[in-house]
Amino acid sequence: MTTRAFPKTVLALGATSAIGEATLRLLAERGARFYLVARSQEKLHAVAADLHTRGAAGVATQVMDLDDMAAHPAMLAAAAQSLGTIDLALLAHGVLGKQEETEASYVEAAAVLRTNFLSPVSLITWLANYFESMKQGTLAVISSVAGDRGRKNNYVYGASKGALNVFLEGVRARLDGVGVQVLTIKPGFVATPMTAHLPQGPLFAKPSQVARGIVKAIEKRRDVVYLPGFWAVIMLIIRLIPGRIFKKMNV
Amino acid sequence: MKQKSPRPGFESWGRYPKLDANVVPLNWSSDFPLRPPPATRMLAVGAGRSYGDVCLLGHGTLLRTRGAGLTGGMDRLLDFNAETGVLCCEAGVTLGEILDFAVPRGFFLPVTPGTKYVTVGGAIANDIHGKNHHVAGTFGRHVPRFELVRSDGTQVICTPTEHADWYAATIGGMGLTGLIAWAEVKLRPIVSRKIQYTGIKFSGIDEFVALSEAHAKTEYTVSWIDCVSTGKNFARGIFMAGEHSPTPELLKRSKEPKLTLPVDLPEFLLNRRTVGLFNTLYANKQRGKTTTARVDYEPFFYPLDKLLHWNRMYGKSGLLQFQCVVPWEAGQSGLVQILKAITGSGLASFLAVLKVFGDVPSPGLMSFPKPGITLALDFPIREDVSFDLLERLAAITLEHGGRMYPAKDATMTAEQFQRFYPQWKKFAAYIDPAFDSAFWQRVTGR
Repeated sequence: MTTRAFPKTVLALGATSAIGEATLRLLAERGARFYLVARSQEKLHAVAADLHTRGAAGVATQVMDLDDMAAHPAMLAAAAQSLGTIDLALLAHGVLGKQEETEASYVEAAAVLRTNFLSPVSLITWLANYFESMKQGTLAVISSVAGDRGRKNNYVYGASKGALNVFLEGVRARLDGVGVQVLTIKPGFVATPMTAHLPQGPLFAKPSQVARGIVKAIEKRRDVVYLPGFWAVIMLIIRLIPGRIFKKMNV
Repeated sequence: MKQKSPRPGFESWGRYPKLDANVVPLNWSSDFPLRPPPATRMLAVGAGRSYGDVCLLGHGTLLRTRGAGLTGGMDRLLDFNAETGVLCCEAGVTLGEILDFAVPRGFFLPVTPGTKYVTVGGAIANDIHGKNHHVAGTFGRHVPRFELVRSDGTQVICTPTEHADWYAATIGGMGLTGLIAWAEVKLRPIVSRKIQYTGIKFSGIDEFVALSEAHAKTEYTVSWIDCVSTGKNFARGIFMAGEHSPTPELLKRSKEPKLTLPVDLPEFLLNRRTVGLFNTLYANKQRGKTTTARVDYEPFFYPLDKLLHWNRMYGKSGLLQFQCVVPWEAGQSGLVQILKAITGSGLASFLAVLKVFGDVPSPGLMSFPKPGITLALDFPIREDVSFDLLERLAAITLEHGGRMYPAKDATMTAEQFQRFYPQWKKFAAYIDPAFDSAFWQRVTGR
């Protein structure tokens, strides 16, 4: 097989998220065509105008709440029809949740799991079958380093991302033979509206920096990527800490 | 462990004064007006590259159109017309981001200051100027249209003919008339990144004026001037002229700078001797009387942008900027008096800039430039000495019918401001009732 062409048609789910938007800008500069999905009409409109100005060959938008799983198949079919074929599906939606609230209430915990895990499972189920039938394509999903270990400060968010990582690992194994790339993206701390309330240390990366890493990982057909790259080392060390010590650490 | 003193969430580029405020990031134009409205007064700010307190509001709410380190915010390009060169973008887009987009497409900024890390909103609010002021006027002259959003949610599309009074009040309006949501900027075509540069040594203000007159048609002119030396080296300098190269060449995007000044330098490092040494080296860098070269636009326009956070050179207490314009009718004696006061103080830094403002009218009611000679430089903060000197410089400026630049000011008094800008009362009627700034409080004597 020769190296595949750069993705020309892009389905972006959660297109107004900071990392998602930064990634789409890089793809727009290379002339990609887009189908954008997000909750806010006003924000979608601004992102669409920006991508168009930067060189996108075309931008279609759809307003929807991706927690509404019943509406997924119709939206995905409309996207596939609008784009002709989907070269790249980027899943960029997610919530951080408030740990104290998710500790206190199952309803709060379930809402985080719904947005960060069940909604992607619904989308990926449809997309995996689609890409399998097309025998090509890239499924790129923004997960998190938080899924690598259960921390006392954000284990509900971590569990949603950890479950997503395991699910993606399985999908990747299933589609390995048919030429479909399944990319798990694990950013560390990124300066976005989602983390604006946290004190920003030197480990915080810019969304544009993470976006460049995502595009590179797509081009290199990687399976899992830590962004920025030094997180691979940090998380390797953290994964090696024995559980009986880890539980006493305030990380 | 030693406790660090708390840092304010938002500093101006001069890092003086230090005023605490609640910083609210605006990532989308639909984020404004805030819901619920803040209990305090507010002010829209961009990258925080103005020097004094025009972008500060103690105990207020700062509406930030760009995140720290230029991350996120209202940074979208909304439309570009390759025929007319008109780019429409959100107010938080920086001039550097415009260049990244425009240069590979054969366009350049119509007006640029000495740093590309300012936002379009800030460029309008301070009606900034550049090395081409004598031919192109201020930045506002190249903004055909923008949207102003008031704190009550009213959206006003402003052009020179539509809501012309709001257009004039907002250009140079120091962010006080409301939030600029987006603006159009008319770019100019280029065929090369290169600038044809000529550097000419001069000695004294008379020679500077003669060179400026001889180069009245050259697109970019600016001078570095030695504000430390006295005697035979008094007012020596280098006149720098540039034109966009007419030879077509590959138009690539600039690379991102990698150098950052990572820490605050100790304050004793900048003194008369070290600055004097720098000035002598700089003056002698160019050997002959005249030198010519083809240089990239980055070092020509933005020599300091290569070192991110260069303001840390002044230590954590920060720096004071001074910029005035002295009109032609006052003759050159005013400028000579100002220069003598500066050299006499021994406080000057190496970043002193002299330039002729042309007679292209500024579109803003409160715009700073007017025909004459402008001088800009910064001073380290040395307790009373620096403030005494600035007081004297303001007085000389006033005596000679000149005025000072709000975007670079932290010290002028209410009385001085009101004499520099007698139109201030007319302007005040356009200020958003929920908006305010530390600068405006100071110069209106509150």
